[in-house]
Formats: sequence, C-alpha cells, structure tokens
Amino acid sequence: MIAKPHAAEVTLPSEREVRVVRSFQAPRDLVYRAHTTPALVQRWMLGPPGWSMPICEVDLRVDGTYRWGWRSDEDGKEFGFHGTFLEVDPPARLRHTEFFDAGNIDEDMGAGHAVVTLHFAEQDGITTLTTNIEYQSQKDRDAAMSTGMTDGMEMSYQNLDKLLETDAAG
Amino acid sequence: MIAPDALLDATFAALADPTRRAILARLAEGEASVSELATPFDMSQPAISKHLKVLERAGLVTVARDGTRRPRRFNPEPLSDARACIERYRETWEQSFRRLDALLDELQRRDAGGAEGDPQPKEEA
Repeated sequence: MIAKPHAAEVTLPSEREVRVVRSFQAPRDLVYRAHTTPALVQRWMLGPPGWSMPICEVDLRVDGTYRWGWRSDEDGKEFGFHGTFLEVDPPARLRHTEFFDAGNIDEDMGAGHAVVTLHFAEQDGITTLTTNIEYQSQKDRDAAMSTGMTDGMEMSYQNLDKLLETDAAG
Repeated sequence: MIAPDALLDATFAALADPTRRAILARLAEGEASVSELATPFDMSQPAISKHLKVLERAGLVTVARDGTRRPRRFNPEPLSDARACIERYRETWEQSFRRLDALLDELQRRDAGGAEGDPQPKEEA
C-alpha cells in the first residue's frame, strides 16, 4: 500500500522568511523535472481551482530568467512572477529571485523581491522538497502571505499550535 | 482601532521572537505578573516588560486589574487571524502539490510502461 503523501507544512523560520516542506512519492529527478520543465510546471503550479498558467518561460541556467503568468478563467484576472536563476544544481537545488507582476489584480504584494531556494532530498524513493522564501523585510513577507487568492478554504490551526508547543517545550 | 492588516503585521512580529512565544505559552496556562514572568525566564523585569509591550500591541496580551497587581493575560483572538492567514497560504500550496502528486504518478507510470510504445510524452510535444 502506498502511503499518503504528507500535507505541506508551513513555518516561519525568521522574521523575513517562510518555509514550505512537502514530500512526494517520486524520485527527486522527477520532482526536479516537474519544477523546471515548462509544459510540466503548467500542469500543476496553479494554486486555487479556476486558475490556469498560460505563461511559463524558463531559461534554466545561472543568470537565466523565467516568467510565470496565471489567469483566472472566471474573470480574466492576471498576475505573475519573474526572476533570475542564482543557482541551478540538478536535481538537488535551485535558487532564484522572485519579483511580483501585479497584472490586473489589486493585490499589494509589497514592492520588494524575494529569494527562493528549493532543496530536493530523496530517501527510500520519497522526495522531500523544502522551499524557502526570503523577503527583504517582514512587511513584504506578511503582505505576500496575507494576499487573499483563496476563499472559503477549510481552516485547521495545527501549524501554529505546533510552533507554540515546540517553543513551550524547549 | 488598528487596521486588520496592521494588526496581522503586529501579530507576526510578536510571534517572530522565541522568548515572546514562550511568554505566551506560559500565560496560556494562567495569568502572571511581570515579576512572576521574570523569574522562570531568568530575565530582568524591564526586559520582560519590553517583550510584553510588543505582545500587548499585537493584542495577544492584556493587562488585568487585581487591587495593586497588574497581572498579564493571554488573549488568543489575534492568533486566529494569523493562523487563518498561514492556513490559507498553506492550502494554496497544497492544492498545487496535490496536482503535482497526480502528475508525478502519471510520469512514473509512463516511464514504467515506456517500452510498450506509449504516446509521445506531452512535455516534449
């Protein structure tokens, strides 16, 4: 029987960072490919239902650039990200800058950019992906995290509970 | 009245510090005065007061009145907002990751059955 993949975990390792950890039932070269091959990225990196990713251009090399663009099928809203690769080390590590393109949505994601580091680790056929996003200020991070692209999601509060418990125990 | 976004910023800022999270965890067990808090944390009262000010600004700690005592109390309400925000953010990622699970499954099945003359993989089309 195949174990269910762990749900994504979100932590705030410092005032300017947010970290997302998720494991996948697949070898890491495949997970890496799914993050770097545009036709594959466009099939999953979509966020909430109703969004598609018509733009995905990736020049996968150090100093190469990428551009991602999303579109809401419902109301035609568009936004995106672009940036430059700082490290390309397949299939273990990727590091790139991330600038927000507001498109025609009203969200204020802050003026600054982020540096995103992806780390792919494989053990027993399971790949754990750690995505670390470092903003230039706490304000930028909180603005990015508060951006309301999702509505009506079910709430569970286990992550921050865990954070508080860990610190209380330590 | 602080705007909701500013309150959220204050909540995140208050929670970013491990000492303040520990103070909150202590107050979650019951109210305590500044001097009662200073002892277990091995910190001076002014240092504790400084942390408490940040927590009070975020609305996470309130000051009660009990005669001449001014015990601090934990107020969990702002946490619901912060937690809801983190959870929404997590859920956005999780929705994409569930699609990635399905795609990885499909790619592995295709790789396993590749010798049988599968249709041309989409990503190379």
